[in-house]
Amino acid sequence: MPKWALAYFGLTLVVMAYGFYAAMVAPKEATMGNLYRVFFYHLPHTILSFVFPYLNCGASFLYLYWRSRNVERAAAADAFALASAEITVLYASIGLATGMLWGRAAWGIWWAWDARMTTYLLLWLLYVSYLLVRRFSATGQTAVISAVLAIFAAIDVPICFMSIRWWRTQHPSAVFGGGDNSGIDPSMVPAVLWNMLAWAMWGGFLIGMRYAIERRRQRLSNAHALGFLGDEIPQAFQEAR
Amino acid sequence: MNYAQHVLTHLRKDLRLEWRTKDSINGMLFFALLVVVVLAMAFDPASYPTMTRQISGGLLCVAVLFAAMTALNQSWARETHNNVLDAHRLSAAPASALFVGKALANFLFVMAVEVVLAPIFTVFYNLHPLGETWKLLIILPLGTWALVVNGTFFAALSLRSRNRETLLPLVLLPISMPALLAMIQATTAVLTGEFEPILWIKVLVAYVIVFTTACVLLFQTILSAD
Repeated sequence: MPKWALAYFGLTLVVMAYGFYAAMVAPKEATMGNLYRVFFYHLPHTILSFVFPYLNCGASFLYLYWRSRNVERAAAADAFALASAEITVLYASIGLATGMLWGRAAWGIWWAWDARMTTYLLLWLLYVSYLLVRRFSATGQTAVISAVLAIFAAIDVPICFMSIRWWRTQHPSAVFGGGDNSGIDPSMVPAVLWNMLAWAMWGGFLIGMRYAIERRRQRLSNAHALGFLGDEIPQAFQEAR
Repeated sequence: MNYAQHVLTHLRKDLRLEWRTKDSINGMLFFALLVVVVLAMAFDPASYPTMTRQISGGLLCVAVLFAAMTALNQSWARETHNNVLDAHRLSAAPASALFVGKALANFLFVMAVEVVLAPIFTVFYNLHPLGETWKLLIILPLGTWALVVNGTFFAALSLRSRNRETLLPLVLLPISMPALLAMIQATTAVLTGEFEPILWIKVLVAYVIVFTTACVLLFQTILSAD
């Protein structure tokens, strides 16, 4: 790992620690008490998991653009698309899990089919299916197929969002009450912002790591492929390391 | 030849193939019928008319979706015999014409299944729709096109993957969830007469426009994926 990456990692840990501190010293919430503190983890994860899909979509567009123009850049874009999709699924899983824990404690049920949860579940499903396609598709086509699918998924997210909102406003669910964080006390704002920053940095770090791993895998598999052509494999392996 | 003629040629070819074998339509029809019977085991359609009205719109759409999925894989498998797909790639005709022709053919097959299935549904489930049933003539074709256009595209996408029969539903179901939701809600609105289907028809129209455009633009990329 290069030095700047280590420094970034250290800085991320510091910000995360401070975020944790800020979340724990923030004033108690009036009705939920300490229970609401999961909010400081739930909110950043959910918001970020709506941001990462668009990194994925952007990288997929770049892949399709560079595919026939610059093979090396195209491979990098593909690696980035994979990394951002995996971190999307990771963050969405954490968002779902914290949301369910919170829902169970606050409302007494694990899951309500309300607008936000349903949209979020669909987002999770879309990107899990993206990862499955990457796993199942034939070797030479994985990148193209998954890039096209990523564009479809990114188009689908806003449509899902709107249609499910209309669906749930048409049939209001009675079980659901509270949980609307449209207004929070100003004393809680710093904790929210610090945690937001911490988890954004952590997400960036994970994407960077995953990207580096995927690039290394690409170089190794290229080296293998070259190995069938001649005796360049030891050198190619050296470069890949 | 202009674009419309290319589309028409592909459409005619697919219809002729289907006319000679009748594989897709027969398979889909029987499968959808089985789904109707199986779902009747899950609840008692005759004794609870109100509940039946509320859920049978959804059941019809789901039966159609599952039936369509069985045929969608087959529709591209035909093109892989004797490397026909490579010939399509070499051809000077626009690639999207091939896609539009096949999507139209699949649309006609699924619509044919619905025309047979809807009366069966009404009889078996003892349905008395309370809304304006003529609106189904707008809703069902729109919803079917929304499912079929994406289905045809993703069937082409998963054509050369290792396990394409498994892959298609895994990709198609999450993507077409908004279309399925809109189709179910609009059908339910017509059957129960409790609310207006117009909002959901608009959602379907928007979905159809957006995804038809995306499919047509990206099909060339999929066809020459390797």
